[in-house]
Amino acid sequence: MGSKPTLLKILDVVTVLLLVVATSMVFFYAPMEAVMGQVQRVFYFHVAAGWVGMLSFLVAAVAGIVYLRSGRREWDIVGLSAVEIGMVFAFINIVTGSIWARPIWNTWWTWDPRLTTATIMELIYAAYLMLRQGIEDPDRRARFGAVYAIVGFLSVPLTFFSARLFRTIHPVVIGTNQPGAEGAFDMTPLMLQTFLFSLLTFTFIFADLLWHRIRLGRFAEKVEQLKLKAMI
Amino acid sequence: MLFLPYLPDHPAETSGYMIAGYVVIFGVMLIYLASLILRSRSLSQDLELLEDLQDESEA
Repeated sequence: MGSKPTLLKILDVVTVLLLVVATSMVFFYAPMEAVMGQVQRVFYFHVAAGWVGMLSFLVAAVAGIVYLRSGRREWDIVGLSAVEIGMVFAFINIVTGSIWARPIWNTWWTWDPRLTTATIMELIYAAYLMLRQGIEDPDRRARFGAVYAIVGFLSVPLTFFSARLFRTIHPVVIGTNQPGAEGAFDMTPLMLQTFLFSLLTFTFIFADLLWHRIRLGRFAEKVEQLKLKAMI
Repeated sequence: MLFLPYLPDHPAETSGYMIAGYVVIFGVMLIYLASLILRSRSLSQDLELLEDLQDESEA
């Protein structure tokens, strides 16, 4: 892999600094929630991870559209990179949600609309990676991947709006909670600041990881081409 | 008569769950970061090998 661009080095440093500040804010700046106690602190990174998951899948869908229009393989790498990162953060979101649910809902898991749609979303993108593994021809793989990323994106708004459209016990951060929502709380100004800062930090983490993953994808393609050349 | 919702005197003791949550968050992120580094190293080794092969075939 070529030398790291200066801008990426700066982004690495800024991202680490933001993560340190965000973590400090979560533990030392935001007050403890009066009913749920310490576990509520999971909320800040739980929601931020969910945000990055959904943002990644949006980027993958956009990259899919651009690939289908331009045919440039670069966009296939962007799409794959975004899906991979999205899966990691959607996984964090689901697992931390489950950990939060245990003391608040008295269960690790329930087939609530939000939890169900989030799991389906994760599985849809797991299938995207499996689909790619099964296709040898790179152009065909990129084309199928692009179409799949666009269609698969339908699961993202469904997951986002599930807590608003269906009767659910999952709290809503932006908007009005359902009457049956459990674990909802009113954010104090310090909590809101910590929450918004966490969202910003995770957006930087996403940008940084995406850049690194795209570079890795380009490098992998270069090695693949050399392998093909060596075989001929 | 005024009815007030039930509010506990103290917050619930849920520190263990918070720690578990943050172990997952940082653990998964570190594993992903490590996977990126390992894949990059493996590709670098492949590239070196391919370049050696190329040099041998040219010689």
